[in-house]
Amino acid sequence: MPVKYLKETPSQTAGPYVHIGMLPAVAGLKVRTQEKPWITGLKGETIVIEGTVYDGDREPVRDAVLEIWQADGKGKFDGGYAGFARAASDLKTGLYRFETVKPGGFTWHDGRMQAPHVTVYIFARGINMHLHTRLYFSDEEKANAEDPVLRMLPSQAARDSLVACVDPAAKEKTYRFDIVLQGERETAFFDV
Amino acid sequence: MSRPDLFTRDRNWHPPQYDPGYKSTVLRSPRRNLISLEKGGEGELTGPVFGHQILDELDNDLIRNYATDGDAIGERIVVHGQVLDQNAKPQPGVLLEVWQANAGGRYRHVVDGYVAPLDPNFGGCGRCITDDEGRYFFRTIRPGPYPWRNNGCEWRPAHIHISIFGHAFTQRLVTQLYFEGDPLIPLCPILNTITDPAAVDMLIARLDMENQKVFDSLAYRFDMVLRGQRSTYFENRPQGN
Repeated sequence: MPVKYLKETPSQTAGPYVHIGMLPAVAGLKVRTQEKPWITGLKGETIVIEGTVYDGDREPVRDAVLEIWQADGKGKFDGGYAGFARAASDLKTGLYRFETVKPGGFTWHDGRMQAPHVTVYIFARGINMHLHTRLYFSDEEKANAEDPVLRMLPSQAARDSLVACVDPAAKEKTYRFDIVLQGERETAFFDV
Repeated sequence: MSRPDLFTRDRNWHPPQYDPGYKSTVLRSPRRNLISLEKGGEGELTGPVFGHQILDELDNDLIRNYATDGDAIGERIVVHGQVLDQNAKPQPGVLLEVWQANAGGRYRHVVDGYVAPLDPNFGGCGRCITDDEGRYFFRTIRPGPYPWRNNGCEWRPAHIHISIFGHAFTQRLVTQLYFEGDPLIPLCPILNTITDPAAVDMLIARLDMENQKVFDSLAYRFDMVLRGQRSTYFENRPQGN
């Protein structure tokens, strides 16, 4: 018989009231220690990431919570939690927004260079286990073309689903990253 | 930098994304295959580290942390347990965040309009960080069951939502704790998205009479298991570093 290890605690949906525990201010609760959880504490070129999560009917998901984890402008990971941030989809519009820095590239486990990217997790009612994706940047075309993870994807459409586009109309440097949970233009999600 | 990789996540053990018994999954579940990265890199195997400086003194006491003029109303309970990985190795210094309804089954949330009243002394939100042996505890009131729209009116068993960070971001887990003996457990469409009864059993906290706080609170024990770290033997280092 093969060696037995403990089984992982199974996942359950974060549900519609996720904000109480993860972003109390959104639920209407008094704010505790971290006042602006949607801002990372990293050094680098300041950017805004915003977008909408869509369901299979192309309706905005208005009760999602997103988490990001990323390197700083030089491609280094902070030993604390500066590279982490959390934001909710707006309960009325569905728009989410992060303030962070543009990450630098860093190597993959096999030594190949990865393009600058941000790890993104999505939690919501109806999502039984959080979804894991990556955000890449439209103005990193050359690095994206050589990125080992983007190259693993089965189609150009899948690659395109992970690339956030510069918003030319925005005052601050802003990348737009919409996430499609299902259907045509479905975002590529990872199992890592 | 090379870091030990994690055990592969058993996607058949976890609930599937699509389960029409829980209607909200129908339009929110991806249809395409997940892309397997096979092995994590630094971005997957590192993760945020939260220290005790982020915690307020009452963060793990839901009976008092949002109270204004007295303790929250309800059955006083302590929930405690140990966080291990799949190798049974204790996981110290990991952040747990919990949220729940009040004793009447009502959430303090702008979108919850259930008829049960709010408790002015209950917020329903807490946090703690595991100690050197991976142990944690928080004090709260036992949440009430409540109805929700799914296949007509269904009722959630009493439950506490738990979010947990491991040491690697890919150990991250959000789940729900249920209470031993609750007759609503077998009827719950959300819990029933999990197919293996042994997996459901891992989400049921056990009454722990030995660890009650005498003449004050009952105790429930709830241990959690995060993904294990794979052993490393020979490293392939194509670039010689």
